[in-house]
Amino acid sequence: MGFVAQLKNVDFGYGDRLILENISLDIPKGKVVSVMGGSGSGKTTLLRLMCGQYPVNKGDVSVLGQDVVAASTQQLYAFRKRIGVLFQFGALFTDLSVFDNVAFPLREHTNLPESAIRDLVLLKLHAVGLRGASALFPSEISGGMSRRVALARAIALDPELIFYDEPFAGLDPISLGITANLIRTLNDALGATSVVVTHDIHESFAISDHVIVIANGRVLAQGSPAEVESNQDPYVQQFIKGLPEGPVKFHYPATDLQKDFA
Amino acid sequence: MNPAILISRLGAGVINTVTGLGVFARFVGALLVLLPKALLRPRLVVDQIHFIGNYSLVIIVVSGLFVGFVLGLQGYYTLNRYGAEQALGLLVALSLVRELGPVVSALLFAGRAGTSLTAEIGLMKAGEQLTAMEMMAVDPKARIVSPRWVAGLVSMPLLAALFSAVGIFGGYVVGVLLIGVDSGAFWSQMQAGVDVRDDILNGVIKSLVFGFAVSSIALFQGYSCQPTPEGVSRATTRTVVISSLTILGLDFVLTALMFSI
Amino acid sequence: MKKNAAVDFWVGLFVLLGALALVFLALKAGNLSSFTAGDQYRVTAEFDNIGGLKPRAPVKSAGVTVGRVANIKLDPVTFRAVVSLDLEEGFDFPKDSSARILTSGLLGEQYVGIEAGGDLENLAGGEKFARTQSAVVLENLISQFLFSKASEGDSEK
Repeated sequence: MGFVAQLKNVDFGYGDRLILENISLDIPKGKVVSVMGGSGSGKTTLLRLMCGQYPVNKGDVSVLGQDVVAASTQQLYAFRKRIGVLFQFGALFTDLSVFDNVAFPLREHTNLPESAIRDLVLLKLHAVGLRGASALFPSEISGGMSRRVALARAIALDPELIFYDEPFAGLDPISLGITANLIRTLNDALGATSVVVTHDIHESFAISDHVIVIANGRVLAQGSPAEVESNQDPYVQQFIKGLPEGPVKFHYPATDLQKDFA
Repeated sequence: MNPAILISRLGAGVINTVTGLGVFARFVGALLVLLPKALLRPRLVVDQIHFIGNYSLVIIVVSGLFVGFVLGLQGYYTLNRYGAEQALGLLVALSLVRELGPVVSALLFAGRAGTSLTAEIGLMKAGEQLTAMEMMAVDPKARIVSPRWVAGLVSMPLLAALFSAVGIFGGYVVGVLLIGVDSGAFWSQMQAGVDVRDDILNGVIKSLVFGFAVSSIALFQGYSCQPTPEGVSRATTRTVVISSLTILGLDFVLTALMFSI
Repeated sequence: MKKNAAVDFWVGLFVLLGALALVFLALKAGNLSSFTAGDQYRVTAEFDNIGGLKPRAPVKSAGVTVGRVANIKLDPVTFRAVVSLDLEEGFDFPKDSSARILTSGLLGEQYVGIEAGGDLENLAGGEKFARTQSAVVLENLISQFLFSKASEGDSEK
């Protein structure tokens, strides 16, 4: 089984503070992979590194056969045409309509005539269920719909690798179900690989083939959802079960209680 | 306070300022390099000229009119003391074409168009739209920033010329129609005294330089701001302050260069 | 793409207005209409004192502008000012014409006035004005006045 992305001994941080420390992981091809961890664990940073957005302090990052660290701007842009990224709140272009948003990558990177672009855009919108909303503007649609439009835009060029940055954050149960379902079906329909950064246990476990748990800048556990669920590491257990006490303490470090109220 | 700390703070401040200037210079350099590419996509530039130029028309024209009115009144009052009120047309035209046209319209431009440019780019940055564009392999500098920069360069001289023309008309209305200065003397003295090369062309050059400065500053502040509400608000304030000071400083330098020859 | 057509129209209108304003300034406010696009020929005139004469000052005859002052230099041998004048082709002056430095208005800028002489031959390019009159310097005028007043007082005694 091939890997679409590999990180080897990567260090990343600002100044003395390392967010990711000597981390190595592989993303298997054709699977839906969830990268999970608490807030500040570095999972979003991992995603940005794989897209070539940040440089690393040390280590190699290879995605789709491209060494992202050493890539020139040309190579980086050629590489990015093969991936799709869905940002946390959609990041739609607010001055363009839904249709123009999805058409944007097609217009910028292909020479297709407008009629072909129209067909492609409507097909993508149909895949996410929003073909009827193509004339609306981002200010006129709900948050959940914005994210679906952003998803349609991310798959406009039929990418080989799709990144999702917290796609489930702040959604109502119906939108949650729709989004999770879309991630799975689109991945299989496109024959692509999906990397989902999230901390939603239930939805991601339902659709993922592979789960990676990150804590304190390192990989703590990985495997199929069932394997991770039965992992006995106390942090993994606290994370999966949502327990208030465990390796992550409830109380922020403070002086002795007696001293404050004496 | 510990003098060593003061000195190191001062040093850090100077280093930060110089580094900031360097980043700004690189930004402007990148925009200059992207200029030919922007001209290949006239649709984007034209849309921006509409937002920046057309929407500034009202404030420029109204301000020009009132400045012309005031020049007519004040000019008459002063010239009357020397019995030289026939030269009112010359006074109004020279003041506008050489100084007030380029400078005041640039200040108004910085306040109206400059802040909207900064806010727009800053909010796009805060909403991750610029990053999303980068992830789609489209350079946001080329697609978003460069057309706005070119539009600013094109709009500024046109707005300054409009300001001056409307101001002269305003001076005519007050001087000739209201106060009663001789119409013939108004225009003939003006035509005899205003030189196309020395006065009008230099005014156009000034407005081009100001347009360059204001567009660069406004776009840079938006592009490099903190992607938070406070960051955007601070960036728009800085656009107005830095643009205004730069305009006045450049005005002094340009005037000294041009009109002392 | 109807929106595009509307935007194009307004932008075109804006650019047109701006261009018109520039043209208005150049023609009505400036002196483009009297811009010398024609050929010129250069002559020189020497003065003891040019007063406040500046380059690009007008050269007039009978009050009509016929040329411009090109440049002003000092002759290191005779210590007189050598003024080069660019006169428009078509305006020829007799060889014995005089060039005087006059003031427009009471305190206005100074210009060169040409009074035509009576010679049958005309002044050609590269030649010099035979007769010139320097500018009136205020201090000399005042001291002359005081001197004459003083001598009047003397002679009365």
